[in-house]
Amino acid sequence: MAEAQNIPAGSTTAGSIAVAAESTVATRMSAPPSFDVADFPVPHGREEEWRFTPLARLRGLHDGTAVATGEGVRVEIEAPEGVTVETVGREDERLRKAGKPVDRVAAQAYSSFEKASVVTVAKEAVLTEPIRVAVHGQGGVAFGHQVIELGAFAEAVVVIDHTGDAVLAANVDFVLGDGAKLTVVSVQDWDKDAVHVAQHNALLGRDASFKSVVVTFGGDVVRLHPRVNYAGPGGSAELFGLYFTDAGQHQEHRLLVDHDTPHCTSNVAYKGALQGQDAHAVWIGDVLIQAAAEGTDTYELNRNLVLTDGARVDSVPNLEIETGEIAGAGHASATGRFDDEQLFYLMARGIPETEARRLVVRGFFAELVQQIGLPDVEERLIAKVEAELEASV
Amino acid sequence: MATLEIHDLHVSVEAENGPREILKGVDLTIKQGETHAVMGPNGSGKSTLAYSLAGHPKYTVTGGTVTLDGEDVLEMSVDERARAGVFLAMQYPVEVPGVSVSNFLRTSATAIRGEAPKLRTWVKEVREAMDKLSMDPAFAERNVNEGFSGGEKKRHEILQLELLKPKIAILDETDSGLDVDALRIVSEGVNRVRETGEVGTLLITHYTRILRYIKPDFVHVFANGRIVESGGAELADQLENEGYDKYVKGGASA
Repeated sequence: MAEAQNIPAGSTTAGSIAVAAESTVATRMSAPPSFDVADFPVPHGREEEWRFTPLARLRGLHDGTAVATGEGVRVEIEAPEGVTVETVGREDERLRKAGKPVDRVAAQAYSSFEKASVVTVAKEAVLTEPIRVAVHGQGGVAFGHQVIELGAFAEAVVVIDHTGDAVLAANVDFVLGDGAKLTVVSVQDWDKDAVHVAQHNALLGRDASFKSVVVTFGGDVVRLHPRVNYAGPGGSAELFGLYFTDAGQHQEHRLLVDHDTPHCTSNVAYKGALQGQDAHAVWIGDVLIQAAAEGTDTYELNRNLVLTDGARVDSVPNLEIETGEIAGAGHASATGRFDDEQLFYLMARGIPETEARRLVVRGFFAELVQQIGLPDVEERLIAKVEAELEASV
Repeated sequence: MATLEIHDLHVSVEAENGPREILKGVDLTIKQGETHAVMGPNGSGKSTLAYSLAGHPKYTVTGGTVTLDGEDVLEMSVDERARAGVFLAMQYPVEVPGVSVSNFLRTSATAIRGEAPKLRTWVKEVREAMDKLSMDPAFAERNVNEGFSGGEKKRHEILQLELLKPKIAILDETDSGLDVDALRIVSEGVNRVRETGEVGTLLITHYTRILRYIKPDFVHVFANGRIVESGGAELADQLENEGYDKYVKGGASA
């Protein structure tokens, strides 16, 4: 059986389509998934899943030296009628439904949290207002766990807002009952010193639809790991992401869609703009199509726009296919730069420099933003992108 | 009446062994309604003149003056020059991914005119201008210059010329890479703008071919970084027959 390893040495874009007897995504992890932090060795930085991450800036989340402080983050949940919000202890079984931590920091988060919040939408409830989760950093260290569970045929939108300053490691679980529809918008609008490492686990019931919109602007280090698993056939996942990486920031998005169930679809599209010295964006897009997953249809895309010198992108799409009986599978990754010649061209047509940059960045993100389907979120994103540009120019 | 005056212009570029002087004292005055053809061999500095007038950051002006109606052009940023009425149709327009032609044109027109054109009249204006240049309306939805053929790029440049109505139009080798049909369509576009009598045109070219479609009032021979001979349209005929040889050999020491 052919096997292809995908470890690009370069700094920009690489990808592979592997036909593997054994998943390279699974085998290249340092340890199998586990709820116990002791099952993971302390990373040294050369491991496949850590090699892009500046461990020294994780403030001890990866080596056990980070200890929760009283004032870590404040979580406020605002939910419309028909939604149950609970604060539960570690023993609650619903905290282990969606998936296990796959790396040391996620396991640390699971091993360290004291109380978790569980938000439940009753079956067949169709919410007209979003559930709003405000996670506001208070300057301390925190370990979090949140579960959002939709009963069969329920429909909901959840907006999770991260603001303030914190060192936060968390697991966020989304459990979708059969036929349920969930849209989750997770906005990382942290202050500049924040460190945020989180694993998002989505488990989709039969015919469920999951849409994730991840928006990362702030923070010193943000490393998110959205993962999708299917519990029954007919599930559909759309994972959209938008990031704007400024000087010195490290923003890492590692996605995994595990197609182990027939007739499910996934569509991944992440776009990022970078500007400033040592702005670093990492995008890892892993899609597995296991032997049982006949009729899978999947596509993943990552685009990066480098606005200035000194920024770096690592983009690694990775598709592993174990069955030929699929509807479609593809991936694309590209990193382009906004260069002086483009700027000259636009300015030579009377367009001032700030306006020229705005035009290019807005155009770059427009197509993605339109797919979000939530007008107030779309407007906010555009405004935020403009603010980022204003701040830089 | 708009007048662009170039006086004793010296321009350098940064080369491996330090700055290299490309323009060595250019004198040229272009008045509204006039068409000046600047012709010369490759490497004579014609394009450097065009890009220096538009303010490309690669070129450093080391001496001389450029004024538009008495205003100091060299003091202006690239966008200020464009808003003052200087337009450069580029030889190699760059791709701008993510920005549609229609968005680009409207943003540019808004900047040049000082206010956003009324949407309804604007759409009509663009459509008519595109139609005259035999451009498919679907063109407006493509990204600026992305995947354009050579002919499409040049039509797009002339489309901008027609919409932005500058005081001074600099056409940098607009004829290069065009087949006869495209050359005719593009030239007709330039002529429509010239016929308004409101633009001074600086037509930079290597070949005399485009001058069959666009009749210049003045022809200047450019060699070794300056204008070495000026005359009427008949000078172009002489170049057609004799080539640039005498200027390259004789001009180098002149």
